[in-house]
Amino acid sequence: MSIDIEQFHGVFFDESDEHLDDMEQLLMSLNVESPDPEELNSIFRAAHSIKGGSGIFGFDALMNLTHVMENLLDKARNNEIAVTADIVNVLLETLDVLKDTLNAYRDETAIPQENIDDRIKILNGVINEQSTDAELSENGALPEISANTQSEGNPDESFGFFDDEPTSAGANSDDGFGFFDNEPIKEKLSYNEQAKSERNEDDGFGFFDDEIPHNSVASQTDASGSTTTETIETETGEEEQVFGFFEDVPSARHINTTLETASSNHSQSPGKQPSSAATTDLDKTTNTSAASAPAKPVAKPSSKKSTSRESASIRVDTTKIDAMVNLVGELVITQSMLSMIGQEVEGQVGERLQLAIDELQRNTREIQESVMSMRMLPLTATFNRFPRLVRDLAGKLGKQVELVLQGGSTEIDKSLIEKIVDPLTHLVRNSIDHGIEMPDKRVAAGKPEKGTVILSAEQKGGSIIISIIDDGGGLHRDKILDKARSNGLAVSDDMPDAEVWQLIFQPGFSTAEAITDVSGRGVGMDVVRRNIESIGGRIDIESSAGEGSAFFIHLPLTLAIVDGMCVSVGKQIFVIPLLNIIESFQPTKQQLKTLGNDTVLYIRDQYWPLVPLYDFMEVEDAALSPTEGIVVLLESSKKRFGILVDALVGQQQVVIKSLEEHYRKVAGIAGATIMGDGKVALIIDADSIATTYTSSQIKELLS
Amino acid sequence: MSETALHQAVTGGQDKEYLSFVLGDEHYALDITTVKEIRGYEQVTKIANAPAFIKGVINLRGDIVPIVDLRIKFNVGEATYNDFTIVIMLNIQERIVGIVVDGVSDVIRLSEEQVLPPPEFGVAFDSRYLHGLADVDEKMVILVNIESLITSEELGLVAPESVKDDA
Repeated sequence: MSIDIEQFHGVFFDESDEHLDDMEQLLMSLNVESPDPEELNSIFRAAHSIKGGSGIFGFDALMNLTHVMENLLDKARNNEIAVTADIVNVLLETLDVLKDTLNAYRDETAIPQENIDDRIKILNGVINEQSTDAELSENGALPEISANTQSEGNPDESFGFFDDEPTSAGANSDDGFGFFDNEPIKEKLSYNEQAKSERNEDDGFGFFDDEIPHNSVASQTDASGSTTTETIETETGEEEQVFGFFEDVPSARHINTTLETASSNHSQSPGKQPSSAATTDLDKTTNTSAASAPAKPVAKPSSKKSTSRESASIRVDTTKIDAMVNLVGELVITQSMLSMIGQEVEGQVGERLQLAIDELQRNTREIQESVMSMRMLPLTATFNRFPRLVRDLAGKLGKQVELVLQGGSTEIDKSLIEKIVDPLTHLVRNSIDHGIEMPDKRVAAGKPEKGTVILSAEQKGGSIIISIIDDGGGLHRDKILDKARSNGLAVSDDMPDAEVWQLIFQPGFSTAEAITDVSGRGVGMDVVRRNIESIGGRIDIESSAGEGSAFFIHLPLTLAIVDGMCVSVGKQIFVIPLLNIIESFQPTKQQLKTLGNDTVLYIRDQYWPLVPLYDFMEVEDAALSPTEGIVVLLESSKKRFGILVDALVGQQQVVIKSLEEHYRKVAGIAGATIMGDGKVALIIDADSIATTYTSSQIKELLS
Repeated sequence: MSETALHQAVTGGQDKEYLSFVLGDEHYALDITTVKEIRGYEQVTKIANAPAFIKGVINLRGDIVPIVDLRIKFNVGEATYNDFTIVIMLNIQERIVGIVVDGVSDVIRLSEEQVLPPPEFGVAFDSRYLHGLADVDEKMVILVNIESLITSEELGLVAPESVKDDA
């Protein structure tokens, strides 16, 4: 299964930026006299994270440098090296180089390889100088090579294009590494490359072994060209060194980009280089470099590019967005108050006012939508962690599973994404572990050897439905019922399937024959349901023995807004989330039955409990008889029941406000909202009503 | 503000300012720094299963804020609601709570010496919620420790686990 890894680059860059910033701050605040071990650890971890990420994505220049940096930090945190102000300076300068490198990768411009190499040398120098370990024998070659570099690295004045990059040069002299004063331009390319390869090996970059010889050879060949071509060859040589040990394709592409960037910076450049330019063809590189020295202007486009990227995405504190969502909610309310007042104004002024208010209404709705969309992220990133999980799990269990991902572009509130990952992971694992059968069993059942798990997301009205569908054995009705009985749950053999399936969400419920390290401890499903419910969602199961099972997670689009049906009870307005509503109707006498003290509904060949909302919410002046009011049938994850209200007022999107912010949680109420007239309406929590309602008659009997 | 008050305010004396209000026939006062604003009583949205003294919630510029009627809670005066009924909005531990009172009288300035220890009994308030008593213009003013009252378990405004124990 191939994943387009490039889609994660953005995240990596953002995270690395943060890590670099963190490291910088920590280094700045580090007390050199007595460094806090925890701070050193944090710096080390940040470096480690960048190294790990860059290794995965093949940003090797970044990885090499962070690796050496990590070595130094590791020694520092293990007290093998005493942290000095000089070391902190070296580290800070290294951070600058890392930032340049990161930007270079982000903008796909040339990697500041010279700087990186210098940094690696300096860092190694620090490690060697300070290290109390007797690793000198291993690293002993380094000064020698450095010396070589120095002596051979003749500064060619005509290549004055390093003026813009003083960081390493200046820093080096400060740190007493005087031999770097002259920029090590790779005049003697072949020698230098070999030196580099040796050094890299010394530093433990074992994975370079295979590729370095190739690079050296290539470089040597290049070096036989005319002197004017050397610069560009240096570039290509380094690019190859960096990317060489991955596939050829990216390296070729990258070199190409470098060349193009370089050449396009010159008016007299021969237009776009054909992609064959990447193949270090001597003639073509000669052409390019003949245009003029290419390295210096590279810095310019990179800075331009990075500014455009910054504007493309801004990381904003979510509390700021939340505050904005709140304010926009206020705006919507004010607007609807205005339109109510506007309707009372008569005459020509009233007409004009109405027009203006209509315009305002449109604009506020658009503002509201765009503010809401700020919090929305596609599910792709969440979905893309599953192929790996499925592959590993299937391999472990000896099953063959194909994962199909659908609708990853569906957008959902960021806070929901964070909370949906665990339940989804659990359900997918369950599908593979319990759902999909072993290959031989599947073949015996006449199914393809390879099982299929479909993970899909789609938006339906105001909710998102994420489904996990497998073509495995399905849920075992009998097993579940047996287990329920042994757990002491009240079940009967003729329960509808849907209710039987819901049993698996009971705590401590697992029908797995053996507890594996994958699943079967019975702690999972109730947690899954609780997690989903905590974010205002619910989960449905469909299953057919031998054909597979499907789990549907219904989630609200966002936590901040709910599609609701406003109902009136007495003088009060309540909002029922549309997600819970099945239907509403005015009951006839025939549909109402009494069961002891309670009234139940008989509809669709089923008996439904009836909760009079006036009773539950203690509202006065409400319609007491069900035949005078409206019954709204609700479905929560726990129960299905009807509630009695006076009348339906209308459907509307409402902004959920927390009751707990200034008060506390109230049974049966999910939150509050502010209606168009500025009054507060309570939002019904169907689950909570289902679990907490006892009719007043029963209360009286109990007391 | 009188000249002496102004002088004290400028020189930063140890005096504290209190907002005095009326419940029935009794005069009470609370630390003015907890007062967010004073407004008229408006229609509240009732909340189910709440004690009678919690009148409900209102919309205070987008915040859903509970309203407590101290007259019901402490059984003083008559809980009537008209155009003159006052709600003092308090800001306590980052929460906003409104209290219904019969009227707001004055801002009074008291030094520590003027505050006398409360009697063990005899006032509607539990002595836990009393800061002390003071004599202002021949009237006894009951100084309420409004923070401990609002966050008390008895009032049930705050879920127990969210009460910060800095009382």
